Amino acid sequence: MTLQTPPSPHIHSGLHVSSLMLQVIAALIPAIICYTWFFGWGLIINSAIAVLTALASEALMLKLRKRPLKPFLGDGSAVLSALLLALCIPPLAPWWMTVLGVAFALIIGKHLYGGLGYNPFNPAMVGYVMLLISFPLEMTRWMPPFILEQLEIGFIDTLGVIFFSHLPYGLSIDALSSATPLDAMKTDLGLNNTVSEITANNALFGDVAGIGWEWVGTWLLLGGMYLIYKRVISWQIPLAVIGSLFVISAFFFLMDADTYPSPLFHIFGGATILAAFFIATDPVSASTTPRGRILYGIGIGIIIYVIRTWGSYPDAVAFAVLLMNMAAPTLDYYTQPRVYGHARGKD
Amino acid sequence: MHRLFQFRGGVVLKEHKKDATALPVQPAKLPATLILPLKQHIGSPAEPVVAVGDKVLKGQLIARAGDAICAPLHAPSSGTVTAISDHPVPHASGMSAVCIIIETDGEERWRPRERTLSNAAELSAQELRGIIRDAGIVGLGGAGFPAAVKLDPGGRPVDTLILNGAECEPYITCDEMLLREHAREVLAGLLMMRHALAARRCVIGIENNKPRAFRALCEAVRDSGADVEVVEVPTIYPTGSEKQLIQMLTGKEVPSGGLPIDIGIVCHNVGTAYAVYRAVELDQPLISRYVTIAGSVAHARNLEVLIGTPLGNLIEECGGNRDSLHRLIVGGPMMGTAMHSDTVPVVKGTNCVLVESTTHDVPLPSRDAYAMPCIRCGNCASACPVNLLPQQMYWYARARDFDKIQDYNIFDCIECGCCDYVCPSQIPLVGYYRYAKSEIWNQEAEKRQADLARERHQFREFRLEREKKERAERHKKKRSAVTQGGSDDKQAAIQAAMARVRAKKSAQDSTPKNTDNLTPAQQKAIDDADRRREEKTRQNPNESKAATKPDRP
Repeated sequence: MTLQTPPSPHIHSGLHVSSLMLQVIAALIPAIICYTWFFGWGLIINSAIAVLTALASEALMLKLRKRPLKPFLGDGSAVLSALLLALCIPPLAPWWMTVLGVAFALIIGKHLYGGLGYNPFNPAMVGYVMLLISFPLEMTRWMPPFILEQLEIGFIDTLGVIFFSHLPYGLSIDALSSATPLDAMKTDLGLNNTVSEITANNALFGDVAGIGWEWVGTWLLLGGMYLIYKRVISWQIPLAVIGSLFVISAFFFLMDADTYPSPLFHIFGGATILAAFFIATDPVSASTTPRGRILYGIGIGIIIYVIRTWGSYPDAVAFAVLLMNMAAPTLDYYTQPRVYGHARGKD
Repeated sequence: MHRLFQFRGGVVLKEHKKDATALPVQPAKLPATLILPLKQHIGSPAEPVVAVGDKVLKGQLIARAGDAICAPLHAPSSGTVTAISDHPVPHASGMSAVCIIIETDGEERWRPRERTLSNAAELSAQELRGIIRDAGIVGLGGAGFPAAVKLDPGGRPVDTLILNGAECEPYITCDEMLLREHAREVLAGLLMMRHALAARRCVIGIENNKPRAFRALCEAVRDSGADVEVVEVPTIYPTGSEKQLIQMLTGKEVPSGGLPIDIGIVCHNVGTAYAVYRAVELDQPLISRYVTIAGSVAHARNLEVLIGTPLGNLIEECGGNRDSLHRLIVGGPMMGTAMHSDTVPVVKGTNCVLVESTTHDVPLPSRDAYAMPCIRCGNCASACPVNLLPQQMYWYARARDFDKIQDYNIFDCIECGCCDYVCPSQIPLVGYYRYAKSEIWNQEAEKRQADLARERHQFREFRLEREKKERAERHKKKRSAVTQGGSDDKQAAIQAAMARVRAKKSAQDSTPKNTDNLTPAQQKAIDDADRRREEKTRQNPNESKAATKPDRP
């Protein structure tokens, strides 16, 4: 009988790409439930559309690229990208936007660069930015939390809105849509209102950021902590993103609290926590050295703040992540750790 | 309490050490044939001193060390040399190499003692090294470097002698069993090594998952009163790697590309210390060792095995099925080598035989056959005890970018397999690094050849150029001699030549003539004739020639 002679080591931890991806997906679930609680069925329906589109796009591209379907469809990476993109799309966005965004993310953003492991940019963010630039109106038409409007549209009604743009009886699209807290803040600051006036006069704002959003953020934070605890993601990127955003926003907040919102508003408002724990930590497109990851996270935090404060977009997570994706290979090269037995201070 | 310095990275592995430590160690059955590769160590192969047909006794020298980095071989049992020929040896490639094959006679007759016992303490360091070298002792931890060479500090001071009893790989328990059963002898061997090295202090490192071995050692040290520290280290793979154990126990790092002796440290395996004891104290060369047999066998255990015993014999002895073998690993599951055949022998560095058969439950959960692409998660970098970036090295190994991969210090990789073990894409990373290393070595060998050829070519070009220059120089000298600087010479030469002509002429003129010694009458007649001729010439110069003619005698 012929003996097998593979190279050493001859044992394996059993860790698999799919187990990593599944854990990240699991960590998103509490936040998705919370989001649904505050904003309705839209996210669930969008997620379903996104996941189906992602699997279909993935299968199509694997077929075209003559790659085996089973290991790649089952690795969970396409599902994760789809869920992250669904979280970034307004809950009542028409179905074709989700399909377009996800298909673009996976076909152009991922497979045309070589598929899993080879995409220089975060696919979900590629899809999101494409949608944001192409359909700015639809992409900024968010919903107020249900508890504010005393209205709640059910599952069937939500399906009607998403698939047939069929609004429930007696409702206009304006009643269903609102700006995000970040957007409202930006617009009102542009009208020379102070931060305290804005948060006092607009019911969207809660204790630290937006009603509903702050709770979604909290669950994302807990999910992210779980991922760090399980070593699915490294601690460097989330800490650096949130830390740098905190420091820079605190600096301006302390200088002028009327013009610059508080650090907590920046951290719990918008997609900061989602970005810090779930998007920027996409290992494929992020920096991979410990020091590189810290610089990468700091870069994202700073760009988020700069665009939010002085740029023309209310939120900037996608741009920040994509810009730092470009810098990742250079960061990796210049942040190699000191190897055992090499002199300290030089490589 | 000894201060520990945790190395970075590493992995916690399932130990699987209980099975093989349940039974006491006993000698393995004497095999009918012993196969002794001439090269069981790092260095040059030993040179046979026996011929086919020779009868040999147990412990008799059968191959001697040819040069400094070599180890002699001894007959592990008495019998007859039946062949000195190629036989498969334990090597990843499945290659064959020259082996001395002995058919045992079952009598186990020892050779006569070669050395009268002397008090080990009275031996000089040089004598000790001589005995250790002659006993064919090599590092028994696996690498197999001749021990006597490693015990010669060459004048450099040795601060710490570390005895490695960490044994961090799963399944392997031969060092643990040796310490449990022969702690005193190991300690005695260690003190001999310390003497040979003149080491300032001795530390024995042992993983904290072997409490019985630890206790046995502590007792031995206490009883002997020797100044030796026994230190428990955390059970984290790869603590048993020399560099990592040194870091753990001393906080120092072996310089990249250097040896532990460069920082005043020497590290030996506990098995080597035991072999030293047996050589010095009992006059027994290295002909057997403790080997763990584990995996898909009915009775996993440790045996004292004669060097040269075929692995198949051990598998059968421990209740394994040779026909259903699937994988056969020599060494541990992390760094061991998968064998191509179970006919290969146990050699001096064999510490464990790990058996996996198709009939038993698979004891070794191995990686998937299909490797996913690297997702750069960095698990490998977190696990790397050397602080490399395995994900980057993999990337460049795949791209065959061997310059870049050296920027990432691939030659500091100790091939411990931690990166591979934790890789979620289940990529055979260590395989890639070995491939890259061997490609670089090949390229360097080729480059050396090319450099040599280029140097030769350049020298030839230089030589031709130089010769051309020299020729031109010579030409120039000649030419200038003819034209300018030599014009005086030329004039001188012309004048000299003219002077020679004149001298010749005057000599001719001075030759006696018949006009000498004339009578006055004759003189007068000549004068008259001359006068007439002159007058004639004055009147008609054109006829002067003709006019002179008649004057010729």
